[in-house]
Amino acid sequence: MSGMAVREASAPLAPTAFSRLPRVALSQELVLLFALLALFVVVGFINPRFVDWSQIQSGDWGDLRNLKTIFLGNAYIAIAAIGMSMVIISGNIDISVGSLIGILATISGTLAVNGVPIILCWIIPVIIAIAFTSLMGAMVAYLRIPSIVVSLGFLSILKGGLISATGGAWINTLPDNFHLAQMRPLGVPMPIYFMLVLTVAAAFWMRLSATGRSFYALGGNAEAARLSGINRERTTVKVFAIHGFFVGVAGILFATQLQIIQSTVPPNLELTIITASVVGGVSILGGTGTVIGSTLAAILIAAIGSSLIFINISPYWLRAVQGVLILLTVLADLWRRARQARRR
Amino acid sequence: MSAADNAARVRFHVSQELVLLIALVLALAILSVTANHFMTVGNLLNQGRLMTEVALVALPMTFIIITGGIDLSVGSIMGLTVILLGVFWQNVGMPLPLAVVAAIAVAALAGFFNGLLITRVRVPPLIMTLATLALYRGLAEGISQARSVRGYPEWFFVLGQGEVLGVPTQLWVLLVAVIVFWIVLSRTTFGRSLYAIGFNETTARYSAIKVDRIKLVIYTLSGLMAGIGGAIFVSRVSTTRSDMGTGLELDVIAAVVLGGTSIFGGVGTIGGTVLGFTLIQLLKNGLSLTGVKGDATIVVIGTVLILSILITNFLQHRRGSDG
Repeated sequence: MSGMAVREASAPLAPTAFSRLPRVALSQELVLLFALLALFVVVGFINPRFVDWSQIQSGDWGDLRNLKTIFLGNAYIAIAAIGMSMVIISGNIDISVGSLIGILATISGTLAVNGVPIILCWIIPVIIAIAFTSLMGAMVAYLRIPSIVVSLGFLSILKGGLISATGGAWINTLPDNFHLAQMRPLGVPMPIYFMLVLTVAAAFWMRLSATGRSFYALGGNAEAARLSGINRERTTVKVFAIHGFFVGVAGILFATQLQIIQSTVPPNLELTIITASVVGGVSILGGTGTVIGSTLAAILIAAIGSSLIFINISPYWLRAVQGVLILLTVLADLWRRARQARRR
Repeated sequence: MSAADNAARVRFHVSQELVLLIALVLALAILSVTANHFMTVGNLLNQGRLMTEVALVALPMTFIIITGGIDLSVGSIMGLTVILLGVFWQNVGMPLPLAVVAAIAVAALAGFFNGLLITRVRVPPLIMTLATLALYRGLAEGISQARSVRGYPEWFFVLGQGEVLGVPTQLWVLLVAVIVFWIVLSRTTFGRSLYAIGFNETTARYSAIKVDRIKLVIYTLSGLMAGIGGAIFVSRVSTTRSDMGTGLELDVIAAVVLGGTSIFGGVGTIGGTVLGFTLIQLLKNGLSLTGVKGDATIVVIGTVLILSILITNFLQHRRGSDG
C-alpha cells in the first residue's frame, strides 16, 4: 500500500517524555486557530457585519446574529466530528452518519409530539444511535466487512427508510420545553456548553485513557496493536459505540435547534463531518489526529461558508472552496510528514 | 498474506458472483410474477437506458477498486461535465459536437488530476477524491450559478433517447465499453497488473510493473467515462443542472462491490460488475412496478449489498472449515 510508507516514516520514536507531547497535532490546531482568527479579522474589516461589530460596540451581546449562526448552527457538526475523528483515527470510516442524524432527529421529534416525557425524547435517540453504530462496529470487527462498505449499505437503508417512512413531512407543534439547543443556562446557549465540554473531555480521554490510546494504536498499525495485547474486535466495537454517543448528541442538538424538524437527511452532512475531521488534522491513514482540531475545523468551515456571503462571493462557490481547503490541508500534512521523515 | 488467505480471496469472488447470479434469477422470477409490466422487452430496454450512466462509470471503478483504490469524485465529475457542456455550447458558442468533446476532455483531465496527486504526492485515493468530490461539484455549482441550460437541438437526443436497431443508443455504447473493459482486464498484461497492484503493491513495483503510470491511466479513464456518462445523461434528460450525478459514486461503488470486487483490492471481474449494476437496476424497477416507492427501493439496495456480502462471507467460512 502506498499509505504504508508514509505511516511507517512518521511512526513515533521510542517513547520519551517529550515524544508524548502532541507536537504535530498541536501545530495543526494552532494553524486552524490562526486561520480562524485571520478570517474573522480580514472579513470583519471588509464587512463589519460579519463579526456583528455594531452589536459588539453597543454591548448588545445577546444579538450577535452572524456569530450565533456560525457557532450555534454548527455545534452539532463539530460534535459529530468528534466521534468521526475517533472512528477515522482507528482506521475506519462511517459515511452513514448524516442519514443517522436525520433519523434520530425524526425519532426524537415524533416521541415529543406523542407526549413522551421530554427527558426520554433526548435520551432514547442517543441510546438508539449507540446501539446502531455498535452493530456497524460489530459487523466491521467480527464479520471483517470494511467499514466503508458497511456504512455505505446502511446509508441507503437509513436514508431510504427515513424518507419512505415519513414522506419528508415536517414535524411541528413540538412542545416548548423540547428545544434543548435553544436553552441558555447562565445566558450561554446550550450547544456551546455541549461543544466545549465534549471536545475537552474527549480530547483528554483520547490522550490519557488506555482505550483512547488503543484507538490510535489500532489505526496506526493493527498488527502491532494486536501483538501488544489490544483486542482488535472489541476495540473496534468500542470506537463505533462511542462514535454513536456523539452522533446521538449531535442528532438531539440538530432536532432541537429549530421550531420544526424536517424529516429528511440534511444533504452532504456526512461529507461536511468527514471534512471537519480531516481538515482538523485527523489523518485518513489512521493513527493520528485530535478532536480539538476537528472542532476548530468544523467552526472554520462554517465561518468560511458564512464569510462568502459577506464579501459578496456567490455562495454557490462554497463547495469549491471546501474542496480546495481539504486538498491544501492534506497536502500540508503529507509535506510535514515527509519533512519529518527526512529529518530522522 | 499467506497462501491460505490467498486461496480464500480467489474463491471469494467466484462464490460472490454465483450468489449474485442466483439472486438475479430469483429477482427476475419473482418480479415477473408480481409486477405485470416487468417482463416486457420495452420495459427491460428502457431500464437499460436508465442504467447506462452508472454502468459506464462502474467499469473503470472496478479497475480502480481492484488496485485497492477508490474514486468518490465520479458523480461530481459528471456534474462538472454536464455544466461545461452547456456553458461551452451556449455561453462560449462552440458548435455542440465540439462542446461535447471539450467537456468530456475536461472530465478526463479532472480524473487525471486525481491520478496525478495520488501517484506523485501519494495522497490516499479516498481522501484525494473526497476533496475533488467537493471541488468538482463546487466548480459545477459556481460556474452554473444554479442556472440550467436547455434547448439542445433534436439530433443530440439520439444518444440518450434514440434507438439503433430497436435498442436504445446508449446500450450499444455500454455494450462496446463492457467488451473493451472485459478484454483489457482479463486478457491483457495491463489488466493482470491491476490485480498485482491490488494484491501487493510493493511486490508489483519490484516486478517492474509501472504502478504509477497504470494508476494515472485508470483514474483518467474514470474521469473520461464519467464525462461520457455525463454527455449521455444530458442527451437523455434534455437539460443540464449542476446537481446532476449527485450521489452517483455510491450507486457505482455499491454495484461494483455487489459484483464481488473486494474493497481491499486484488479481486474482482467485469462480469461481476455487470451482474451488480443489472441487479440493482432491475430491483429498483421491479419494486417500483410492484408499488414500492422510490425511496424504499434504496433500502432494498442497501440490504442486498450487506446481505450478499454476509452470505459470501458465510459460504467462505464454511468452505474454509471444510479444509
